[in-house]
Amino acid sequence: MTTAAEEIAAAMPKSLVARDTEGVRAYVKSGSPYVWLTAAAISVAFMITLALLILTAARGLPHFWPADVVQGQYTAPGEPAEPILAEIRSTEEVTSARLKNAGLKVDEAQLLYDRLLIKVANRDLLGADFRPVLSDWLVQRSYPEDAVVLERVEWGNFHGFLHAVKTDGVIVATGPEAWAAYQPLQDRATDLRSKIEEIEKNEIGAINYRIEHLRLSEKRLQIDGHTRENDPADYAKLDERRKEQDADYEKLRLELDAIRKDLSRDALVMKTVDGKEVEIPLARVVRGYRPNEMGLFSKLGFFGSKVWEFVSDDPREANTEGGIFPAIFGTVMMVMIMSVVVMPFGVLAALYLREYAKQGPVTQIIRIAVNNLAGVPSIVYGMFGLGFFVYFVGSSIDKAFYSEGLPSPTFGTPGILWSSLTLALLTLPVVIVATEEGLSRIPRSIREASLALGATKAETLWRVVLPMASPAMMTGLILAIARAAGEVAPLMLVGVVKLAPSLPLDGNAPFLHLERKFMHLGFHIYDVGFQSPNVEAARPLVYATAFLLVLVIIGLNLTAIGIRNRLRERYKALEG
Amino acid sequence: MSTAQTPASAAELPRSITAGRGGFQARYVKDRLARYVVLVGGLGVIGALLLIFVYLAQEVAPLFAGAHVEERKTFAIPGAGGRTLYLAAEEQGEIGMRAEESGEVTFFDLHEGTVRGTETLPLAGRKLQSISSVATERGLLAGALEDGSVLVFAHEYKVTYPNDKRLITPGLSFPKGNAPLAFMSGPATSFVARDEGDSLMLVGADANGALNLKVFAQETSLFGDITMTESAVQTFTPAVKPDVLLLEPLLHWLYVIDRAAGKIAFYRLKGSEAPELVEVKEAGAKITEARYLAGGISIVVAQDNGKVTQWFPARRNESEWYLAKVREFKVGNSPVTAIGPEQRRRGFAVGDESGKVSLFYATSGSRVHEEKVFDSPVERLVFNPRARVMMALSADGQLRVSEVHNEHPEVSFSALWGKVWYESYDEPKFLYQSSSATSDFEPKFSLTPLALGTLKGAFYAMIFAIPLAVMGAIFTANFMSPEMRQVVKPSVEVLAALPSVILGFLAGLWLAPFVETNLPGMFLCLLLLPTSIPIFGFLWTRMPRAIRLRVPPGWEAALLIPVISFVIWGCFMLAHPIEALFFGGNMQSWMDHTLGISYIQRNSLVVGIAMGIAVIPVIFSIAEDAIFSVPKHLSLGSLALGATPWQTLIGVVLPTASPGIFSAIMIGMGRAVGETMIVLMATGNTAVMDLSLFSGMRTLAANVAVEMPESEVGSTHFRLLFLAGLVLFFFTFFLNTLAEVVRSRLRKKYSSL
Repeated sequence: MTTAAEEIAAAMPKSLVARDTEGVRAYVKSGSPYVWLTAAAISVAFMITLALLILTAARGLPHFWPADVVQGQYTAPGEPAEPILAEIRSTEEVTSARLKNAGLKVDEAQLLYDRLLIKVANRDLLGADFRPVLSDWLVQRSYPEDAVVLERVEWGNFHGFLHAVKTDGVIVATGPEAWAAYQPLQDRATDLRSKIEEIEKNEIGAINYRIEHLRLSEKRLQIDGHTRENDPADYAKLDERRKEQDADYEKLRLELDAIRKDLSRDALVMKTVDGKEVEIPLARVVRGYRPNEMGLFSKLGFFGSKVWEFVSDDPREANTEGGIFPAIFGTVMMVMIMSVVVMPFGVLAALYLREYAKQGPVTQIIRIAVNNLAGVPSIVYGMFGLGFFVYFVGSSIDKAFYSEGLPSPTFGTPGILWSSLTLALLTLPVVIVATEEGLSRIPRSIREASLALGATKAETLWRVVLPMASPAMMTGLILAIARAAGEVAPLMLVGVVKLAPSLPLDGNAPFLHLERKFMHLGFHIYDVGFQSPNVEAARPLVYATAFLLVLVIIGLNLTAIGIRNRLRERYKALEG
Repeated sequence: MSTAQTPASAAELPRSITAGRGGFQARYVKDRLARYVVLVGGLGVIGALLLIFVYLAQEVAPLFAGAHVEERKTFAIPGAGGRTLYLAAEEQGEIGMRAEESGEVTFFDLHEGTVRGTETLPLAGRKLQSISSVATERGLLAGALEDGSVLVFAHEYKVTYPNDKRLITPGLSFPKGNAPLAFMSGPATSFVARDEGDSLMLVGADANGALNLKVFAQETSLFGDITMTESAVQTFTPAVKPDVLLLEPLLHWLYVIDRAAGKIAFYRLKGSEAPELVEVKEAGAKITEARYLAGGISIVVAQDNGKVTQWFPARRNESEWYLAKVREFKVGNSPVTAIGPEQRRRGFAVGDESGKVSLFYATSGSRVHEEKVFDSPVERLVFNPRARVMMALSADGQLRVSEVHNEHPEVSFSALWGKVWYESYDEPKFLYQSSSATSDFEPKFSLTPLALGTLKGAFYAMIFAIPLAVMGAIFTANFMSPEMRQVVKPSVEVLAALPSVILGFLAGLWLAPFVETNLPGMFLCLLLLPTSIPIFGFLWTRMPRAIRLRVPPGWEAALLIPVISFVIWGCFMLAHPIEALFFGGNMQSWMDHTLGISYIQRNSLVVGIAMGIAVIPVIFSIAEDAIFSVPKHLSLGSLALGATPWQTLIGVVLPTASPGIFSAIMIGMGRAVGETMIVLMATGNTAVMDLSLFSGMRTLAANVAVEMPESEVGSTHFRLLFLAGLVLFFFTFFLNTLAEVVRSRLRKKYSSL
């Protein structure tokens, strides 16, 4: 009885899969290695995404962190020992052959060396902020508590020790008291400097703007055939207003001179690490700190204030120091103007294609064509923008309305309006496609219900269809914004500059200056990273800018996804 | 939306069952209005998008439009009846100038043919034998007198604007003094003069066929006095009969041309030493005329068999000079009688015995215009400096003035895409060099290196991206657990939104130096990653069950993350010791010395990786959709029949989804081709013609971004950049449309399954 069962059991393999999974051959035959490879591919793709984010963050954020300053002796063989006071920026492993190529007297028996990139600052004294050193040769390292880092208006940072504080050329504090005496003086200097900035930028800027306006008015009069002889009244008015502006300007100039004099009162006497004494006027110091004595919380506070400076201040020193506020402002402004243009037109086109056009092969072809325009390289849109908007439309506008400014163009030159319009064209397909998709999701029954209740087609669209499609429209808009915020290539042709003297929005009527050039985060990255004279110094700032841009764009994309999900939820009941 | 209405208008409404009290008409008016707004707006937007294409095409079209020549007036040549020795037109094309053997110079109006002024050269009763142009751009001429002396003079045009109207006043000046310079003892049968810096060189042939060569050095004293110091006359007998002499503007080369024998003797001038004969070339037919082209490098030689040939000095084996016959232009069958070179470009006009005038362009090797203008032979052809006005003088003294519209002769199909033998090069090449505005520079507009660079960048990007994206899509769609898929798919897709400027910046400033110092590590990764993963998979099957079962199916990818990190970390840890031990501590110099591969920091490898990363999410997303939407019953059926998951994938899923994967790759390719910022930042942007992994490239898109802002509106260069844009537009549009068509077919197929 049991034999039959035993026979069957003996004839059967022990397990359905067991024997085949043993051995390399079976493993290969099953195809599992390939499955593992595909798994590896997605892991790599996923890791690249994460690595990119981590890399930009890890390289950008330390820029704001007050790094400890190391003091030591740099003892390259065959050269006198050199005192060094520096931040260590990065470490890498280098073969001795490469170092030998670079002219260093390395010991060839040792195959590998650690090379440090240190920031020695004091560019005015040493010629360069950064230098590579070999870790093994940097000896007697210590972290003196009284090492001071000064951020200066020019020439980058200063590393040294505070020796004395001078007021009106007289030493008021030396040694240990000097640091305490310095703090209030720095606050005073910072206040005065912001006052100067306020006057120079806003008030004098406004006067210059008005004077330029008067010059153009005079030219306008000449063009219209009014000369000083046949129309003295008009000219008298202009002259009078000009005189007023000149008087205002003179007043401000005196005020400025007074503040400047006040500002130049104090100075610091600093000692560099090699014992040289340097006098630095406080007017040239942005802030000073002793990183080695700072605790974690004061470092965090410092970090916060530097991040705030970064997003709210103007750039200094050819964009390599200070903040990026104008770039943030320009990007936001450009994207806003673009949104105002792209949204209504994109929705109109989608409505036409989905609701009004006769669905047939022609509409289908138009739809595919519009779809594919999203894949056309952005630089092509840039060329179109430059050729059509700037050179054709812009110069026509100039000839018609701004002839007093010629030959210097007003709208016939790249500017924020043309940039926005170009990007609007570039992102139109995105909005059209997204809106159309939203429209196509709306069940026929709902439209028919609305029409059956006596609503016209327009009313149905406005009251029923469009609100239901709004999630899709919002998604389209946000995707368009995300794309526009990161696009650089076309902007390089139609209006972005490395340093814009004034924002496109300010206190001078008509407040919104659409013809002005502007700064942009993406272009800022390209420009500072690749065209800057001091790339090494600017690099952390570029990483920080890149990190900010990435955050903004990923944030926008996530918002798009979030809004889509929420609005979809809201209209789900209807769709069911 | 308010539909409120005034009572008055409500009262006027017709009574209708649908109307009710809410404004009947206004609602329908609004409806119709909305209809029109949408129609106009929608069509307008679509029209605006299509306008891009139309605009690009319209900017490009003039490149291929060819030249057209319009007759302004034909009149008998003004002046006394003597032999015409020199003919010229000034910058604006308003005034012509004619010099005769009597020494009389006539300035005449080019619109009417009326005389605007005459001047007589101070020849003291002697006659001029011939006139040679010393420097065309300055209007400087040298006239050889019948007694062998030489008078240097210039024709000048002062432009003033009295009453806001342009007034051009012609005149003569004598920058080397108004007394003839002593040169030869008798009349010169042929004569040429050039000046370079302060020295003026004269070459003349005497009645015996010997050549005389003399240099005058000009010195200007503090008070503006000009003194000429003269060198001794060098005399030598040329290898061929000196019928035509041509002297290089930099005074290095001299061509002596024998008309009847059709020979060109090519001499190198060596200062005070005797000229060295480099070689004598046969033109292949009788020579009728020879002239220098603008820029002073090429000469064009007209022959009586209806051909014109272009020659310039080139080198064999890097050192040995010879006279290269570069191009041949077929004019017609009748003998060529006149050549008129343009003064700022490499174009020239050719006239023949039948009275036909043709316009050619040397660089592009093309004929841009042809027209029969006279019944008698063409004697002289002259352009004004801007090449907008051409004068043709017939043998019977008729002067035909025409307006020339020839904006873009540089461009022809062969000049854009073929190899071109440019001046100062030793062989035909594909070159792209657009810059420089001087006429000495021959613009090089071959788009081939740019197109090649574009494809090269896209190719390396695809090599990097396709395996990762497609294999990743396969795993995500087919094997991955749904919970993990929900995380992985969006995060890879977020990568698509990453601005390319950030990728380019990281590639240029971080990846490029990193790859340079860690090259062995890169290759080690390429080698070890694909091999270590299956090995790990095998080891995993040997793991104790307890551990294996902890990882649910579909989470293999998560399991691999630490493995891959470890392998990559290991590769780069090993990289430097390996480099130190096997490659002498520096792999680049090892490659250079041992393999002969030169390494550039910002190279295709870097671009391939960076641009690959940019296209991975694009390909991944579409491919994953395609694979995921393969109907489940197909793969379940296959699995139920006993196929392994891999066999199911290869045999069932992939064949069904392959069109989708193909279209994903096409769209990714489209993005790689048009990518600008990454290429701009991660390569050196040199237009090279090689496919090496370790050299850079210049792509069409990056070229536009670099050159467009500086390009002069309406110039050939400007339009050429638009052409590059149009090529990009069509290419990507084609790829995308192809992908779209394939995809929509696939969708239909799925819905029928």
